[in-house]
Amino acid sequence: MIYLDNAATTKVLSEACEAAAYAMQSVWGNPSSLHRMGIEAERLVTYAKKQLLSALGDTSGDIIFTSGATEGNNTAVFGLCKVYGKRKKRVVTTSVEHPSVAQPFQRLKDLGYEVVTVSPDKNGEITADSLISAVDDNTCLISAMLCNNETGYILPISEAFAEIKRQHPDCMTHCDCVQGFEKLTVSAKKLSADVITLSGHKIYAPKGIGAMYVKKGVRLSPVFFGGGQQKNLRSGTEAVPLIYSFGKAVEILTPTLKQRFDNAAKICEYAKAKLNEIGAVVISKDSASPYILSIAVPNIKSETILHFLEEDEIYVSSGSACSKGKKSAVLKEFKISDQLLDSVIRLSFSFETQTSDIDALVDKLGIGIKTLAKIKR
Amino acid sequence: MKQIILCKYGEIVLKGLNRSGFEAELLKNVRRRLKSLGEFKVSSIQSTMYVEPLSDNIDLDEVTERLKKVYGITKICPAFACEKNLDAIYSTIKENLSDDLNSAKTFRVTAKRSDKRFPMTSMEVMAELGGMILNDFPHLNVDVKNPELTVICEIRDKAAYVHGPAIEGAGGMPVGTSGRALLMLSGGIDSPVAGTMIAKRGVIISAIHFQSPPYTSERAFIKVCRLAAKMTEYCGQVTLFSVPFTKIQEAIRDNCPEELFTIIMRRLMVEISQRIAEKYDFSALITGESIGQVASQTMSAIVATDAVSRIPVFRPCIGLDKQEIIDISYKIGTFDISIEPYEDCCTVFTPKHPKTKPTLAEVEAAQNAFDFEPLIQEAVDGTEFKTFKPYVDYDFLI
Repeated sequence: MIYLDNAATTKVLSEACEAAAYAMQSVWGNPSSLHRMGIEAERLVTYAKKQLLSALGDTSGDIIFTSGATEGNNTAVFGLCKVYGKRKKRVVTTSVEHPSVAQPFQRLKDLGYEVVTVSPDKNGEITADSLISAVDDNTCLISAMLCNNETGYILPISEAFAEIKRQHPDCMTHCDCVQGFEKLTVSAKKLSADVITLSGHKIYAPKGIGAMYVKKGVRLSPVFFGGGQQKNLRSGTEAVPLIYSFGKAVEILTPTLKQRFDNAAKICEYAKAKLNEIGAVVISKDSASPYILSIAVPNIKSETILHFLEEDEIYVSSGSACSKGKKSAVLKEFKISDQLLDSVIRLSFSFETQTSDIDALVDKLGIGIKTLAKIKR
Repeated sequence: MKQIILCKYGEIVLKGLNRSGFEAELLKNVRRRLKSLGEFKVSSIQSTMYVEPLSDNIDLDEVTERLKKVYGITKICPAFACEKNLDAIYSTIKENLSDDLNSAKTFRVTAKRSDKRFPMTSMEVMAELGGMILNDFPHLNVDVKNPELTVICEIRDKAAYVHGPAIEGAGGMPVGTSGRALLMLSGGIDSPVAGTMIAKRGVIISAIHFQSPPYTSERAFIKVCRLAAKMTEYCGQVTLFSVPFTKIQEAIRDNCPEELFTIIMRRLMVEISQRIAEKYDFSALITGESIGQVASQTMSAIVATDAVSRIPVFRPCIGLDKQEIIDISYKIGTFDISIEPYEDCCTVFTPKHPKTKPTLAEVEAAQNAFDFEPLIQEAVDGTEFKTFKPYVDYDFLI
């Protein structure tokens, strides 16, 4: 099996599995219990918090665990608007966000907010200036992702948010770092982000766990109401096994960030060269995250290629996995020509990806280009 | 380009011949707080402390954050060092402050020349630099009264230093220059504030806490440990004494009138605290009391409690409103920990109707009805302690 769909989800690290099992069978108390079993369970949650905060480089901030990035993004957007958007009903985002940010903004529009959406320019770039100039004194929130999930495009968040904070200190900044965390350098301070969304299953931890980083002093309004756990920001008993497992994955990954990045860069360059040879078109920009490589195979539908590769147990994605074959509006935003739009597939790498995996992919794809293109569309 | 942090002293510059002792204590405190961030050269010349990072990749923002919590420093200036000539100074300004200059509309230059050998006067330096800045940043206007940005240039002994507006420091006196005191730390909002206020005057703080299991929980004790650990950011190393108090509380319950429970308990706490103070060489006690806040802190209650003390009891919160105390506790970062809802020793066996105006005579009579002495001695003997150091990541303490 060759799995090149790591931006969709990843295989859980064995240490992270063991951590979850340990929490389920040995430390299974409720962190809110007053007795020692509760304290022991809380200790695991605290451990995970510390791992995440130190990976983000700001131990003064706070971590709120969520069920995943969708919950994190929803809580961030609505939670910040509820507190800071009482008098300032204007919000800014980009047109290339994941649906878990784009849809909450759609909802904000229905609630009467003025939603300003920044799109890539004719070259498919989102400049810092375009983000900065979209924010005005009446804006309560800007939300933009660090790394696009479909193309690996890296947005100039640090540059933009720093200047936005300088010009409009009251404007809140939210960054969806799901595809950036533990892959690119994600420093909460350098990003000037008030809230950051993270997800476990994109970084070799289980599904069902995510987190929000909240900068010290930033207030959020809860979306869930109940027992008041996690400083009343996310009621509901903490998912200790998943949280502990998430923390373990972060502890293991953080020290090897650079090494893994270099490896991904090598694989990505190798794949680009090989794919060029067989006539595939590289869509991702040179500056994109090396973990995600978006390509197009002219005249063959994405889904056809996907299933063709699947015959040899090579797994890739057409656009983004969340959109389940829907034509990608985001790729269109990146100014991919209509001709190629139907033929885009996304390769995404893990630290286990080897050049031999790329060779197998390219061999199979080469055959596909010769045989499938004949199919009339 | 060398980055360096200049720290200005507060009132210790007014000290006389013993001033060097105060300075030495301050430098020692700074070295200890920064130790875990990397290597630094910390030195003091002309009433200014120079904090110079020696290793690479030091997080200077974190250094500044830590320095902001060191008592004895009034101003912190993250600066850039350069050669002592106008061109070098200007190019340093341009290189490092151009973002600020670009976003400001008005500015002024302030120059200080403590090296009188420098050929230009401060006024001349200001005029020259101001002119050079205006030349390159034509959108700026000079405003000497109320500028958006002040560019400061200090021409000192070894080099010239350029920086923006100074950051407010914690003020006060270096911890370690005014003796040692023992803080009665309950776990509430007031006591960490009281301890930190006294530390600000240079006093080394240790804390004492009373535990009454099973009436109080392990979580209550962990909470107090976290408070003590948090306090170290301002107070430096804090030793926490924990006194086994269950038997005494049960004896009060069984032998004293209910309306005097709290007042007698506090008298016994003060008694035990001063025995610990005598044993470990503390000269005073500190409490977080504020007049009239609760029944045990009315004037008559304080008179009755104070009657047992043989050493001074400092009560720095005595004249503060609750909100003022809360504001300080936010600032020192203990508020979030203090409000965690665990039963502490003060709330065990709280009388329904505590006496707000007890007379000393009736309290003494009630207490003397039972011989507490053996239990007091047992509590003192059973007291344990642990020490917390600043910026150490203790297990469970976040």
